[in-house]
Amino acid sequence: MPILSVEKVTKSFGGLAAVSNVSLDLVEGELVGLIGPNGAGKTTLFNLLTGIYMPDTGTISLSVDNERIPLKGLRPHSICQKGLARTFQNIRLFKDLTVLENVLIAMHQNIKYGLLTSFLHLPAYKREEGKLVEESIELLRIFDLDKKKDEFAKNLPYGEQRHLEIIRALATNPKLLLLDEPAAGMNPAETANLMDVIGWIREKFDLTILLIEHDMTLVMNICERIYVLDYGMVIASGTPEEVRTNKRVIEAYLGEDVGNA
Amino acid sequence: MEKLLQQIVNGITLGSIYALIALGYTMVYGIIKLINFAHCDIYMIGAYVGYFCMTFFKLGLLPSLLIAMLVCTLLGVLIERIAYRPLRNAARISVLITAIGVSLFLEYGTMFFVKANVRTYPEVTGLLAQRFKIGNIIISMQQVILISITVILMALLQFIVKRTRLGKAMRAVSMDRDAAQLMGIDVNSTVSFTFALGSALAGAAGILVGIYYNTINPLMGVVPGLKAFIAAVFGGIGIIPGAMIGGYFIGAVEVMVAGYGNSMYRDAVVFAILILILIIKPSGLLGKNTREKV
Amino acid sequence: MRKFIALALTYAIVQVLIMTNVISGYFQATLVTVCINIILAVSLNLITGFTGQFSLGHAGFMSVGAYVCALVTMRISTIPGFILGVISGAIAAAILGGLVGLPTLRLRGDYLAIATLGMSEIVRIIFLNMEITNGAAGLNGIPQFINWTWLFIFTAGTVLFLANFVKSAHGRACISIREDEIAAEAMGIDTIRYKVIAFIIGAFCAGIAGAVYSSYFYFLKPDLFGFLKSVDVLVIVVLGGLGSMSGSILAAILLALISTYLQSFPEIRMVLYSLILVIIMIFRPQGLMGSKEISLSVFNKLGRNKLWNITKSRKGGL
Repeated sequence: MPILSVEKVTKSFGGLAAVSNVSLDLVEGELVGLIGPNGAGKTTLFNLLTGIYMPDTGTISLSVDNERIPLKGLRPHSICQKGLARTFQNIRLFKDLTVLENVLIAMHQNIKYGLLTSFLHLPAYKREEGKLVEESIELLRIFDLDKKKDEFAKNLPYGEQRHLEIIRALATNPKLLLLDEPAAGMNPAETANLMDVIGWIREKFDLTILLIEHDMTLVMNICERIYVLDYGMVIASGTPEEVRTNKRVIEAYLGEDVGNA
Repeated sequence: MEKLLQQIVNGITLGSIYALIALGYTMVYGIIKLINFAHCDIYMIGAYVGYFCMTFFKLGLLPSLLIAMLVCTLLGVLIERIAYRPLRNAARISVLITAIGVSLFLEYGTMFFVKANVRTYPEVTGLLAQRFKIGNIIISMQQVILISITVILMALLQFIVKRTRLGKAMRAVSMDRDAAQLMGIDVNSTVSFTFALGSALAGAAGILVGIYYNTINPLMGVVPGLKAFIAAVFGGIGIIPGAMIGGYFIGAVEVMVAGYGNSMYRDAVVFAILILILIIKPSGLLGKNTREKV
Repeated sequence: MRKFIALALTYAIVQVLIMTNVISGYFQATLVTVCINIILAVSLNLITGFTGQFSLGHAGFMSVGAYVCALVTMRISTIPGFILGVISGAIAAAILGGLVGLPTLRLRGDYLAIATLGMSEIVRIIFLNMEITNGAAGLNGIPQFINWTWLFIFTAGTVLFLANFVKSAHGRACISIREDEIAAEAMGIDTIRYKVIAFIIGAFCAGIAGAVYSSYFYFLKPDLFGFLKSVDVLVIVVLGGLGSMSGSILAAILLALISTYLQSFPEIRMVLYSLILVIIMIFRPQGLMGSKEISLSVFNKLGRNKLWNITKSRKGGL
């Protein structure tokens, strides 16, 4: 059973179809890319998957432990708790909180103490908090951010902020990770490093990854399969090689004339 | 039946006041997304200016009206310049708190200078004191004047907003401030102009209320202001026709509840309407739902 | 540990001052007002400063607590009755908090403010027209149970519980809502649940403040708890700094002193308050303390566990 199953999903905003009849499947453990020109509906699709928007038609389901969980209609926090995490295109870190606090908040589901304990700071609180801090620092080590754990998130350089976005998503214990333009604004060296890290976290955390990207080097190099969106519709899907030579894809990116050349 | 018609007349009168005040709220919210808490106090200042004009300077209705509107216009523009413009790009809550501060300043400042006791407008005589009787329904000249002046002002406002360049600038800035700036519109003067218009209307409402209800006090703006704001929300905040419709609707509801129901709960009903709108359709009657882009 | 020593000292010192009549009757009233304002301010701060939900209806919660407690203690005039009164007042206020919280949750900042204001006004009008609350004449002769011990327990207790809450994971969840609600949801935090929790806790504490008020000042009427009272609390929170518990305490003390000094000039007091609001918002929106806390590191030379402090400075309010 595919881990993520999206069937004929449509979303319109005031007459304009942002996402139109989109279907896609993700097999467990895959690393899949989602590309397309600006405005094609990629982030909208992510928003639909994570429950920020409600699809007009179609179904979305997650399969965990052979159980099919319909996601349509669930609130974003429930979807996150079911195992689907994401990063945001325009970084949405908690800017005025520290790096560590950002990760701690994402660990919320692992909290094992209730409200009463939090009022009284009973021993359970100290124990649990200690554990959480340790686990958070472990995660921060992936990107060498543990040294900066007490920095305010807004003071991090842009690249590290993007890294923190990813760590935060990992902290929610996902099975499926959606990365929205993780390499945006990165130079080639940083992008190369990112490619390694994405591969590494997929192994280490047993993840399935769907990523939106404009950086073709990254996409063509690490994605096993690619879906191409244009005007809200899937116009092609397949291996990087297949997609690269697909006429419709070339037209979508470069215009019809070049496609016909 | 006659009671109903009488209530309708009273409702239209009250609704006119609410509409005039609501227009100020809605225009300011439309252009800078601020709930101008101080707006109702500009209405109060208008009433006091009218009082002083008519009592001490013995001016007639029309000159007093114009002076009240002028003073309020200047006051509104001044407030915007001093208290709101520095916060143009700050978080919305900051401006809201500032607006509360300005409102309190106007209320208690006025109280300090003119004392809290109620003042009474001079007795109306002559033409103004006439009453018309249609069947058993009584319409006073004051009501007629109130309603007519309101209609004239609203028509003038519509004309300005729809047919003049400043009006077009207002609409542009409400829609997209940055784009308007890029098109060469001076946002600062447009905002000032919006405040000027809204405050002028509030000032007019103030003096008209003084003439109609006769008594004024420094806190007279609080409850009507809140209700007028609710009217603006009801019709669709930021939408000018919405404020007019909302004003008359709330006026009608209030008069009906007081006339047929329990006048003690009159205010509570209006607040309940607010809660209902915010739960059911926060964008109001004529409003559209807009969504934050993620 | 240091906390408890400081608290015990404070309690003892004031108790001695009262017993030796250094703090006489007049100042006792001021002391009670200061403590009530502290409770109100830290609880409003939880809702508005930490969770980012702009509430202008705090007086409504206080009035529910005050009236319910008064109605109980006027019938059961014993210490157990008093305790019952405070608890039921707080719970009643908390229920109102939940009721207010639920429907207003998806409203944006300024709309939420107006909705909470409306709710508080509805409460006031209901109390004004109910028979059991004696309408506009109010309730008189409410048994007085508040002494320094009770006052201290309630004030210190509220501050401690709330400070602890804010430093916990649940408190962090509330703060994340203020920072970025959509991101918080995406990280698995049930924002609706936590907003309601913030309202309920905030209202509960305001209810306690109300109960304390009625059990000391022995006279209640609905107009005491109008918009102006909510603004009073708001000024304290804004002056102290939205998001700083110690700021609220400082500001509460400062403003209570100013209030008492200006008691005979209520208009000047309000003009001053209004100027404070405007000037702070324009020139120092983070208030006195920003979102920093006074840490007891004055007494503690050892390093702090960074979890203890949520230290940051913010510009621009919410």
